[in-house]
Parts: sequence; structure tokens; C-alpha cells
Amino acid sequence: MRLPRPRGPLSALTAHSLATAARSGAVISTDRFAEQLADMAPSCDILVDDDFQLTLWMLYELHYRGFDDVDPELEWDPQLLACRQLLERRFEKELRFRTGGPVQKALQQGEKGADLAAQVNWLIGHMGGPRLAPYLQRQATREEMLEFLAVRSVYHLKESDPHSFVLARLAGAPKVALAELQYDEYGAGRPARLHQTLYGDALAAAGLDSSYGAHVELAPGSTLAVNNVMSLLCLHQRHRGAAMGHLAAFESTSSIPCRKIAAGLQRLGFPPAVAAYFLEHVEADAVHEQVAVRDLCGRLVAQEPRLHTEVLFGVACCLYLDALANTHLLDSWQAGNPEPIGAGA
Amino acid sequence: MSILPMRPRRDQAVQIEPCPDGPVLVRGAEVVLDADGEEHEVTRPVVALCTCGRTQSKPFCDGTHKFLRP
Repeated sequence: MRLPRPRGPLSALTAHSLATAARSGAVISTDRFAEQLADMAPSCDILVDDDFQLTLWMLYELHYRGFDDVDPELEWDPQLLACRQLLERRFEKELRFRTGGPVQKALQQGEKGADLAAQVNWLIGHMGGPRLAPYLQRQATREEMLEFLAVRSVYHLKESDPHSFVLARLAGAPKVALAELQYDEYGAGRPARLHQTLYGDALAAAGLDSSYGAHVELAPGSTLAVNNVMSLLCLHQRHRGAAMGHLAAFESTSSIPCRKIAAGLQRLGFPPAVAAYFLEHVEADAVHEQVAVRDLCGRLVAQEPRLHTEVLFGVACCLYLDALANTHLLDSWQAGNPEPIGAGA
Repeated sequence: MSILPMRPRRDQAVQIEPCPDGPVLVRGAEVVLDADGEEHEVTRPVVALCTCGRTQSKPFCDGTHKFLRP
């Protein structure tokens, strides 16, 4: 994968620095980056802003598979990490501000506020976004479905990879639960069943580019935020509780929508290999939901009670950002303006 | 749905974990028999068996229980 096209001054500065660092020796001026960040309009919603989220996404990608046109040494460059931290502080502050109310209300649910599963379910019931899956099931056009598949590929082609960073940050029963989940996500010993590979197969069967990162340029800021929040939570040891809460919310809101999406794909006449990915997740995520909420988050909070609120923060982050991304997609479709598919491939 | 007979993997006890208002998690099973006696191969480390009877993926849970009134 090569660096994506910048979407504003911040991502332009960052992409240029990443691309030229190997030749120039100098990476990036943190001061200049901070000035550029400060220049962003106060009214700018960083949770959906293309420039902000693409910049953060590029900096995080250095820790996954990197870019063909970027020196891999830059992964641990102190100046880049300092720039990333400036973005992360704003991102985290905004997320805490937007989710603080629901998290406090959730804490009051359940007997003596101790029933984590009931609180997770309360948040899911009260922070749901627009009904994207029913729309895909019954109404979406072929073009809209292709756009959905392409946009979601930013995550699904590296599905579960963020959470692998957390394994080393857990101990005992919660670690065992996460490892059990990851083993299933990673194909349970069968490379052909690796979920990332299943998604690549689905893209190829739908006639889309299945190479890693192929559709990043098509993804709006809100979708990049969905990806970035996982990196934010999973790359910081102090966020381990929120990272696992996010995972629990993700798994708990997946199996029923996946069945609807599979039905939509069948309605539109896509080959069975496309729906196969989603059908796999109907059963898999019904299991993962229970494991993530009970065995993973439940035991983590039993082990470290001070992580209770953090787990719920992670749940709320997942629900809030998923709702923003789904709203963006549905709004763009209702405006009758599906973006060209494969433009960034 | 009644408790279903299962064949264990070699040298491994089958573990059963009921989830309140949800499915039963089963670890260590190789095959699950449904109510009609049909065999379903277990291909993941842990499976969730439906207990509400409304799943469309019998005998496995598909999350439908969440739509049922408690």
C-alpha cells in the first residue's frame, strides 16, 4: 500500500514528511505540526474531519503494515510519536466529552451498579445509530452495497489486528478469553478461514480490489475514526479496559446485522462468496459477544474493578462512532450521491 | 431446546457455560447433535448453543434471543 492522497493541510504535511524523511533525514517539525493543528477551525468536528482522521490513520498504520513508500524505521520516530500524541489527546478528549453522559447513566443501571453485562446492554439499547443493516437488506442499490463493502474493508482487511496488541497487556482469565476470540478470528488453525482472508474473498467475488488498504481513499473521515479509535485504545496499555469494552460492543452489535446484510447481498444477486463472510459472522459473533462481555470484560473488571468505567467508555466509543459512520453513509445515499467505487484502488 | 449430546475431543472434557438470558457456551466438543439427531461439526474453539429456540441457525445461537421479552 502507498500513502493515500492528503485531504487537507495536516495530512499533506504528514504525508510529505513520511514520504521524504528517508532522503531528507529530517522527519517532521512537531512545532509546525502543532501550529497546523491549531489552525483547524474551532468549529471543526474532529470525529468526522477528513484531514484530522486521515492524518491519525497514517500515523497508526506505521504500526500495522506500513506503506511501500515510507521508511519502516519511522514507526518509532519520536517526533512522529509526539505529533500522534497531539492528535490522540484531542481525539480522546472529544470521545470522553461525547460519551460521558451515556456512560454515567449506564453506571446507574443494574443492581448496585455492578452488573456489567446489563450496563453494556443498556448502552447498546440507548446509543444505537441509524438502521444501516435493514437498509442494506431491503433497499440498497448495487452501487450502494459496493460502496459499503469497500468502505468497510479499511477495517475488515485487518480485522482483529488492533486487539492482538492488547494480549500482552492482560493477565490470567481475560487474556485467555481474548486469545480464544482471536484464535477464532484468525481462522482457528485454517488459513482459508482467517476472517481477513474471508473478507478479501468477498471483495474479490464482488469485483472489488481485495488488496490491503485498497479502498482507504474512499473512506470518509467518520469511517477512518471507527478504525482510529481501535488503534487509540489498543495501542495504549492504560486504555486496555476501554479496548476490551469496544470489542464487546462491536461483537454484540454484529450477528443480527450480518444476517441482514447477507440477505441484502443475496437480494442483489451477489455471488455466495460475498455473503459467506457475513454468514460466518452471524454464528461467530453470537459466540464472541458472550465471550467478550462475560469472560473477557466481566473477568477483567473482577480482576481490576477500577477498569469498570473504562470498559463502558470503550463500549460507548464503539457505539457512538459506528453511529456517526452509518449516518454518514445513509445521508450520502439519501442525497443520491454514491461516491465512485474503486476510485482509490 | 434440551441439552444436546456431544462427543468430546480426545483427552479434553467438554465444558458448558450457561449465559443468563442467552445461549450455552460449549468448549471442547467435536460434534453437536441437534434435536433431530443431525450432526453439526464444531469448527471453532467455542460455540454458543441456542436455548431460546428461535435461532435461524439451529442448533447454534444467532442472537435472536435479544428480541424476546424477558
